[in-house]
Amino acid sequence: MRGWMGKFRSLLLFSALTLFLAGCGQENLSALKPEGYGAELLLDLMLISIAIMVFVFVIVMAIYFFVLVRYREKKGQEDFVPKQTEGNHTLEVIWTVIPIILLLVLAVPTVQATFDLADQSSQDEEGVLTVEVTGNQYWWHFNYEGQEIATSQELYIPVGERVYLDMKASDVIHSFWVPAIAGKMDTNPGENINTMYLEAYEEGVYWGHCAELCGPSHSLMDFRVVAVSPDKFEQWKEDMQNVDPEAEPETASAKEGQELFNNNCMSCHAIGGASAGVGPNLTNFGNRNKIAGILEPSKENLVDWIVHPDEIKPGNKMPANIVNKEEASKIADYLMGLKHTDVGTELDSVNKPKNDQ
Amino acid sequence: MSTAVAQKRGLGAAIWDYLTTVDHKKIAHLYLYAGGLFFLIGGLEAMIIRIQLMKPDNNFISAGLYNEMITMHGTTMIFLAAMPLIFALMNAVVPLQIGARDVAFPFLNSLGFWLFLFGGLMLNVSWFTGGAPDAGWTNYAPLSTTSPGHGVDYYVMGLQISGAGTLIGGINFLVTIVNMRAPGMTYMRMPLFTWSVFVTSTLILFAFPALTVGLFLMMFDRMFGSAFFDVGLGGNAIIWEHLFWIFGHPEVYILILPLFGAFSDIFSTFSKKRLFGYSAMVFATVLIGFLGFMVWAHHMFTVGMGPIANSIFAVATMAIAVPTGIKIFNWLFTMWGGQIKMTAAMLWSVAFIPSFTIGGMTGVMLAAAAADYQYHDTYFVVGHFHYVIVGGVVFGIFAALHYWWPKMFGIKLNEKLGKLAFWPFFVGFHLTFFIQHFLGLMGMPRRYWVFLEGQGLETGNMISTVGAFFMAIGTLIFVYNVIYSAKKEKKADGDAWGTGRTLEWAIPSPPPHYNFVQTPLVRGLDPLWVEKMDGKEGMTPAEPLGDIHMPNASFLPFMMSLGTFIAGFGFIYQVDNKAWLIAVFAGMGILLGSMLVRSVKDDLGHHIHKEEIEEDIKKGVAK
Amino acid sequence: MSHEDVLNPTKLPHDPEKATLEGKNKFLAFWFFLGGETVLFASLFGTYLALNGSTQGENTPEHLFGLELVFIMTMLLLTSSLTSVYAMYHMKNHDFGKMQKWLGITVALGFAFLGFEIYEFYHYIHEYGFTFRSSAFGSAFYTLVGFHGGHVLFGLSWIVTLMIRNQKRGLNLYNAPKFYIASLYWHFIDVVWVFIFTVVYLMGKVG
Repeated sequence: MRGWMGKFRSLLLFSALTLFLAGCGQENLSALKPEGYGAELLLDLMLISIAIMVFVFVIVMAIYFFVLVRYREKKGQEDFVPKQTEGNHTLEVIWTVIPIILLLVLAVPTVQATFDLADQSSQDEEGVLTVEVTGNQYWWHFNYEGQEIATSQELYIPVGERVYLDMKASDVIHSFWVPAIAGKMDTNPGENINTMYLEAYEEGVYWGHCAELCGPSHSLMDFRVVAVSPDKFEQWKEDMQNVDPEAEPETASAKEGQELFNNNCMSCHAIGGASAGVGPNLTNFGNRNKIAGILEPSKENLVDWIVHPDEIKPGNKMPANIVNKEEASKIADYLMGLKHTDVGTELDSVNKPKNDQ
Repeated sequence: MSTAVAQKRGLGAAIWDYLTTVDHKKIAHLYLYAGGLFFLIGGLEAMIIRIQLMKPDNNFISAGLYNEMITMHGTTMIFLAAMPLIFALMNAVVPLQIGARDVAFPFLNSLGFWLFLFGGLMLNVSWFTGGAPDAGWTNYAPLSTTSPGHGVDYYVMGLQISGAGTLIGGINFLVTIVNMRAPGMTYMRMPLFTWSVFVTSTLILFAFPALTVGLFLMMFDRMFGSAFFDVGLGGNAIIWEHLFWIFGHPEVYILILPLFGAFSDIFSTFSKKRLFGYSAMVFATVLIGFLGFMVWAHHMFTVGMGPIANSIFAVATMAIAVPTGIKIFNWLFTMWGGQIKMTAAMLWSVAFIPSFTIGGMTGVMLAAAAADYQYHDTYFVVGHFHYVIVGGVVFGIFAALHYWWPKMFGIKLNEKLGKLAFWPFFVGFHLTFFIQHFLGLMGMPRRYWVFLEGQGLETGNMISTVGAFFMAIGTLIFVYNVIYSAKKEKKADGDAWGTGRTLEWAIPSPPPHYNFVQTPLVRGLDPLWVEKMDGKEGMTPAEPLGDIHMPNASFLPFMMSLGTFIAGFGFIYQVDNKAWLIAVFAGMGILLGSMLVRSVKDDLGHHIHKEEIEEDIKKGVAK
Repeated sequence: MSHEDVLNPTKLPHDPEKATLEGKNKFLAFWFFLGGETVLFASLFGTYLALNGSTQGENTPEHLFGLELVFIMTMLLLTSSLTSVYAMYHMKNHDFGKMQKWLGITVALGFAFLGFEIYEFYHYIHEYGFTFRSSAFGSAFYTLVGFHGGHVLFGLSWIVTLMIRNQKRGLNLYNAPKFYIASLYWHFIDVVWVFIFTVVYLMGKVG
């Protein structure tokens, strides 16, 4: 009897400990460390619901342990027949009405938050940025409406402003999720466009995930949101609008790489303001945080990726062995040199957090 | 193994007996064996998933295989493990609890089982024929419609076949409960388990056809070139999500309600008290069933339905917490003032309360539509539904099996081993799934083949994997217990626990195949308890001793199911080679031919004569 | 009740379809089954309504449907429902011969309906090139109407089987429930058609 209870208590203690530890999570990734409007609103809503739930749970558990301890069959009383209670009206009314009240307390902020996050009233106002987001197997494309800017994998937004996202998918359903800034929204195929907005509070590189199963490399469809100050964002826009796709690289190897790239890769990829092709837009590739969304930005990784994309992201559409390793190395030189803007490069990425735990 | 008679006639005869049986008690055994086997397979898949997620960037299995694994784990556990195990309990118990000699349609009962089994086999054959389905158990289009190979085709055909079996079973139990109750067994005297089976069967009846249609559309898109989910031709992928969840949400209640019923019976039996607030419990069960149909879109908050639809479904979902809460409190107050006897069955039931309460609470958290934008499709959801399905359904199945094992097999499961199996499973369960809520919030989406290093997810995943091993140990001890008890435990009494309250405990364990020698007269809620309190030995009969009419065994259900199985392969492979249409015609021929035979050949059943019954009473196998 | 009483009753009761427990069970189960069928068709109607605008710019409902033909089909099926009522009326009066006759008429009307439906589909495919694969609308149309057609075919086979099987021995307590639920099925098919006529054809033609 003692042992049974003891084990149970230590389990509860353990749960509390876990709760404490997990309060952290990774900066710029965890929904528990909000750094944007949506994420903050939702964390508040979560905390309200958790508070209510803990309150109810404590009551249930108090009755539970009391009953289990008090009414265990005792030795020598095996033949005792307890009173056969039918029920109790007052009690039953209490545990029907109180939960209803608690749920109403939760329902009001829920409905408020739901409408708040669906608000699109300012989307058509002047100066409000809308980005067309397209989910593809297994990469993200971002097209800045009316700005002649297109990019993939890294979404730049100005801090402190609402940026609207008009989202769709080119193949299967994906889901756009940047936990530290906002909740997620599915991207559906066809003309079924969803709209949500992002508002980051602080500069930073925020990690994004695809959250709807979309094929073998679903877990490798990461992307980043780079939030920069409005001034820097203007600078970024200007840099991006003035990209010269044909610009000559400096080294000889990179020059050869450019030619190889133009001959072998341009049918799918693009550099500059062209919109989504079959593959990602590679503007500013040399300054990106990751290769293919997941790999550390080293030349070695890039060569591997170019030659064997299927081994790194199973099921993705980039064909393997279009070029050999040597050619890939030259293409890598060219791509790593594509540094069209410095904006955002000074920011810490998720894997190099500001205050390393 | 179940009856001495079968052993005497040899193995072949025993197999033939099971292939043709229409006896609800034997069908319960079949459901139990098949469901148990699939449960172990699904568990193995779960272990492989957890091993893959043990550490970051793990390469234990490939990305493609991982998706097959998660799909088959979910599909197997829901359709091939939980459903049949619940059907095993329904079959074993409901006719006994209402004082019937069998279900309303014994032939259909058998058909339901064989359809389920062949559907389940079909799904699992896919492992050996080029790959299992890989689009998740929810099988969203267009990922599923464009998935290469035949994996998803197996999903479609397998679930269609087993789903038909479930639907048949649902109708059967509805009619059984409405028409076959013993005299005096009014609706408000039915044991809670029977009540919950009644509500569950209603849910099956109205939910499964939506899945049937969804699967047909999926089949047409994949095999016959239609364009339901093909946006290129004007299709709409969201239709699948709606159809799937119109089925899928009630399915959750289909799974949990019968176990709510079982818990009610168990709490009451082992507290020696009548169920507290019986009518409120019945009302809550019906209300949960009803609300279960109004909330399917809460699985789709992030699909883009707009704030109005999201809010409505959010509030409707929260409402379900009220009847569920009523149940929790009624269980607690059933034990209050009682005499709690901590058997293995009771242990599982007692453990269910906190576990399920947590699952229910995270359910309310998920219902908050906006907050779900963070939870949706993350490990938070994985944690939540495992708390409900493992902490509710699986705990319930273990509890119910311990409780009714003597009635099903004539022996109790060993109590010590039962408790020994409980502890690692219980601890492992909380280790595995509690941490997953946090993993989700820390940014880990569900169905992720790998998580990257340095994202703070390492510890949580490791704990979760360790917990899974504990659960596996618990399960293995339970399996060992089944074998051990079959050999060592001695025959159980009719009223195996001594405190039985309902009709099934009034007859021998296991009951004779006609169950009741004389249909009992029911004089109140908990009829056996009523008689005991009046100082009587057993039930008062409602009819004189006489011949008993029983249904005939039949091989046709097996044949019909085999026909659908063969036709299923035909449908899948005619895409590659039209010669496979032969299999379609052959399979459908077997099916329709068997149906024709069933229609034109009279089957009036047979009578067991009074003398035989008197003989049984003398031998002590009937009462 | 002995087998003899069921198969060769000396006197049939007024409701022979509900005189035995098996009959009562069948009767109730079939109503439940029709409840499930209702959800099945509701799902198909929902799908159709979601997709009936997705015509890919050609072969719209207005363009395709001819109400004359569909009107004749509707009349055939409605009449067949009425004749099956007559058949059941004669069953309750224990007049097996007349029951078979009216069932025969029901079946004939059903086959005529089916013939027209096959003609209709053939016509769309060959005159308009409108197929199951043309567009999401095509898929939804053929699936909804085809499912109904499949039900008609199954119902016809069922009733014909029952008629042939029992031709010689006449009505008893064993086959009366079978006839009765077959006629229930037939009514259900008829009701579904009324919805198809309204939702698919009338609404398709009007707007």
